[in-house]
Amino acid sequence: MEWETVIGLEIHAQLATRSKIFSGSATAYGAEPNTQANLVDLGYPGVLPVLNGEAVRMAVRFGLAIGARIAPHSVFARKNYFYPDLPKGYQISQYELPIVAEGALDIVLDDGTRKRIGITRAHLEEDAGKSLHEGLPGQSGIDLNRAGTPLIEIVSEPDLRSAKEAIAYMKKVHTLVRYLEICDGNMQEGSFRCDANVSVRRRGAEKFGTRAEIKNLNSFRFVEKAINHEVERQIEILESGGKVVQETRLYDPDKGETRSMRSKEEANDYRYFPDPDLLPVVLDDLFIAGIKATLPELPDEKAARFVSDYGLSEYDAGVLTASRELGAFYEDVVRRVGGEPKLCANWVMGDFAAFLNKDNLEITESRVDAAALAGLVARIVDSTISGKIAKDVFEAMWSSGEGADAIIEQKGLRQITDTGAIEKAIEEVMAKNPGQLADYRSGKDKLFGFFVGQVMKATGGKANPAQLNELLKKKLAG
Amino acid sequence: MSAPAATVAALAKGLAAGEYSSVELTRAYLERIAAAQPALNAFVTITGESALAAAAAADAARAKGQVGRLAGVPIAHKDIFCTEGVLTTCGSKMLANFVSPYDATVVAGLRDAGTVMLGKLNMDEFAMGSSNETSFFGPVHNPWDTKMVPGGSSGGSAAAVAARIVPAATATDTGGSIRQPAALCGVTGIKPTYGRCSRYGMIAFASSLDQAGLITVSAEDAALLLGPMSGFDPRDSTSVERAVPDYTATLADSLEGLTIGLVKEFFDKGLDASNEQRIRDAIAVFEKLGARVREVSCPNLPLSVPTYYVVAPAECSSNLARFDGVRFGHRCESPKNLLDLYCRSRGEGFGAEVKRRIMTGTYVLSAGYYDAYYLKAQRVRQLISADFARAFDSCDLLFGPTSPTPAFPIGAKFDDPITMYLNDIYTIGANLAGLPGMSIPCGFVDGLPVGLQIVGPHFSESRMLNAAHRYQQETDWHLRVPAAFA
Repeated sequence: MEWETVIGLEIHAQLATRSKIFSGSATAYGAEPNTQANLVDLGYPGVLPVLNGEAVRMAVRFGLAIGARIAPHSVFARKNYFYPDLPKGYQISQYELPIVAEGALDIVLDDGTRKRIGITRAHLEEDAGKSLHEGLPGQSGIDLNRAGTPLIEIVSEPDLRSAKEAIAYMKKVHTLVRYLEICDGNMQEGSFRCDANVSVRRRGAEKFGTRAEIKNLNSFRFVEKAINHEVERQIEILESGGKVVQETRLYDPDKGETRSMRSKEEANDYRYFPDPDLLPVVLDDLFIAGIKATLPELPDEKAARFVSDYGLSEYDAGVLTASRELGAFYEDVVRRVGGEPKLCANWVMGDFAAFLNKDNLEITESRVDAAALAGLVARIVDSTISGKIAKDVFEAMWSSGEGADAIIEQKGLRQITDTGAIEKAIEEVMAKNPGQLADYRSGKDKLFGFFVGQVMKATGGKANPAQLNELLKKKLAG
Repeated sequence: MSAPAATVAALAKGLAAGEYSSVELTRAYLERIAAAQPALNAFVTITGESALAAAAAADAARAKGQVGRLAGVPIAHKDIFCTEGVLTTCGSKMLANFVSPYDATVVAGLRDAGTVMLGKLNMDEFAMGSSNETSFFGPVHNPWDTKMVPGGSSGGSAAAVAARIVPAATATDTGGSIRQPAALCGVTGIKPTYGRCSRYGMIAFASSLDQAGLITVSAEDAALLLGPMSGFDPRDSTSVERAVPDYTATLADSLEGLTIGLVKEFFDKGLDASNEQRIRDAIAVFEKLGARVREVSCPNLPLSVPTYYVVAPAECSSNLARFDGVRFGHRCESPKNLLDLYCRSRGEGFGAEVKRRIMTGTYVLSAGYYDAYYLKAQRVRQLISADFARAFDSCDLLFGPTSPTPAFPIGAKFDDPITMYLNDIYTIGANLAGLPGMSIPCGFVDGLPVGLQIVGPHFSESRMLNAAHRYQQETDWHLRVPAAFA
C-alpha cells in the first residue's frame, strides 16, 4: 500500500519588538521571573491593552515579503480558556480577520525543482507566560515575563508532502523572518517554533486523512523526527485496519515519539469574539507602501541575482543567501577581490564555513573577516600561493588572527615562479631517479605524476603548478 | 455651612470665599456619612484619614493661591474604580480583599482637579444589577424610603448624593446603572458618550458598553465635574481623541428652537401612568422654555433588552475570567488541584447574578450558538444605533422616562431576574448605541422620585447639560432632600 503524507505547519515567530504587544513591558529573554510583567501583563482588574504599532509594522513586512494580501481592516479577538500562565483567562489573537492572508513561499526540492507552498494566513497574537515546575516540589511556579510577547502565527496550506519538505519550508520562513529583522529566529529560546498538522492518505486519494496536531516543536530536527514518527504511527494504524483519531499530540524528544494530549472531544471551545477593548486595525495604502519601501532584498531575489551576476549555481546561490549576513559577507569578499566570484564562493562556502561551524561561531563573530579572506583569495589569484597552500595559510590566519601576506612571508610560502629555480629542482629530481626516468621515456606516461610529486616535495609545495607542469614535460621529453 | 443642601457649585464658592475650609467641610461630610451608614449602607469603605489629609493639602494649596475651582470639594467614588492603596471591591466577595496598586484614570483626573475622596461607594456586584441587592456588602437603602431599593448598579452613589452625605459621586453605566438609580433616588445622573471618559482602572463588566459618569445634585455640578474626568487616555484605546469643552460655559444657553423628540417606544404599556404624567409635565416646562416637541419612532428599541442580555453577558463571561484565584482576589482554602482551585475560588467568590450572567455569556459565545446569539445581537445593535441616528436627523435631544416605575421594595424582584432586567428597558438603548444619556428629577409619585431621561447624539453632553440646567432653573425637584436626611 502506498501512502502519501500531508502536512501543514503553524509557525510561531516571536516579533523582535522592544516592548510587549499590548503593554510597555520589556520583551528581553532570560530576566528573573516576573520582573518583566506589569499590571497589564498580570491582567489586573481594570487594566486595558494598547496595541504596539511596531508589531503591526513587522507583520505587514512579513505579509509583503510573501506576496500576501495585507488586510485593510483586521480585528483582534479573544481566545478564551483557563490556564494559570494565561492571566486574563483569554489570549488576545486574531481570528476571522487576520492582518495577513493568502501568501506563498517557494521551496527547492531535492531534484532541484521549485515547489510553491501556500500560506493561508499570518496573524498577530500575544504569547502566554510559562509554568515552572523545577525546584518547586508539589507546586507550580508561574513566570509571566513572556506573557504578552508579540507573536506572528504563520499558517501554511496542507501543501507539504514529507518531513523534508516541511523542514525546507520552515527553514525558508526562518531565513525570511531574520532577513526582515522581525524575529531573531532563536529556537532554543522559543522565538521560533511550530505545530505540525499531519495526516496520511492513499496515494491518489482526493480526501485528506484524519489529522493529528503535534504541538510545540522547537528545532528543525524535532520537526523532522516528530513528523516521521507520526506518519509511521498513522500508517501502522491504518494498515492494521484502525482509524486515526483527530487529536492534539505532544512530541517527546527524549523518547522520540508523539503521545496524545487531548482528543477532539476534549478540545477547548475557545469562544472567540472580537476584543471590545481594542479597535480594528485599519491600514491604508500609503502606510503599506511606506513599509514596502523599507523592505530589504529578499532571499529569493538575492539568490537570483547571484546566479545572474556572479554566474553561481542555484545551489551555491541558495547557500550563500541563507542569511542576510552570509550574503553580505560574500559580496564584500567579491568586491574586495575585484572579481573571481566563483573562487570567492568556494572559499566562503568551503573552508570559511567549515571553520565557523567547527568553532560554533556566527558569521559576525568570525576570526577572519571579509577583508582578510579577500586578502587571501587575492594571493591565489595573483599566483603568490597555490590553492592548496592557501588552505594552510587560512588555518594559520584563523588561529593567529594575522593577515595572509604576513603568514606567507613568515612561513616562506611564496610560490616559486622563477623558471630557473624550478628547472634546477627538476634536474635534481631527474638525477636522483634515473630508473623512473628511463621507464617514463620508454612510455610509462603515468610516471609524470611521480615526478610532479617529487619536485613539489623538493620545493616544499611552493612550485607554481602550471609552470612546473610545462617545464617538467619539456625536461622529461629530453 | 449648609452641607445638607449644598451643591458642588455652592461648596466651591464657599471654599473660594473662605467661608469654610476643606478640612471643616470634609469633617462635616464624614460625620454625615457615619450617621447615615447604618440606615443606607451606601459606603463599602470610608477613607476618613486620607480624606482629611487631602483636604488639609487642598487648604494649604489654596492658601498659596493657584488652585482649581474644585479644590477641596469632597466627593466619593463608586467601588468599581481602582484607587491606589484603597480597597476596591466592585461589590464582590471575589475582591473583598483587593487593594488596588493603581488609580483609575478617572480617579486620578478628579484628584488632580483637587477633589477630596471620602470613600468608596456600594454597588451591585460587578455592576450587575438594577437594585443594588446583589452587593456582597449588603443592599443599599433608598433615602426616600429605606424599605425601597435605590436602583443599581450605582445604588451607593445615588443614595449617598440623595441623602446629601456626599456632594457628588462617580458612577458607571453599562445598561442604565447611572440613570436608573439617579431616577429612583431623585438626583441628577449623566452617562457620557462611550469613549468620552477613560475606562482604564474601571473594573470591566461589558467593555463595549461600560462608561464612567456622575451622580450629582444638579446639572451644573455634573458640568463642573465632567471636564476633569473626560478626555483621551493613551491607556484606553477606546477613549476618543477629541477636545473636552468647558461644560459650564454653555449651561445658561437658550433652549429656543431646541427640538425634543419623544420616542414613541419609550411610552409603552409598561410605563406606570403616574410616572408618565410626571414626564409629560416636565416636557411642558421645556416647551415653555422655547423647545419644540415632536414624536419620533425607534422601531428596534424594544429589542434592546434581549440584545443587551446577549452582548453584556458575553463580554462579562470573558472579562471576569481573570478572577481565577491565582494572582489576586478570593482564593479557596486548600485547593486539591488546579480545577478545584478554579471551581471553588470562583464558586465561592461570585454571587448568583454574576454567575447567571457568566453562564449566559459562555453559552451565547459557544461554538454552534455564536451566530444565532452573539452575531445576531450585534446586528440588532447596529439597527438600534441606526434608529437613533435617524431620530437625530430631526431632533436635537430625545426625551422619555428613565425607568418604568419609581423605586420598588427591597426583595420584591430579587428572585425574578426577567422582571428585574426590564427595569433597564428605557436606558439600555443609549449604551448599545454609545450615546450620552442623563436622568434628572422631575417629580414624585407617592413620595418616591421620578426621573426624566435625556438622550443626545454622540458628544452632545454640553447640549444635554444645558437643557437639564435650564429645567433645573425652573424647578426645584433636584433640590428636594429626603426628610430623614434634611
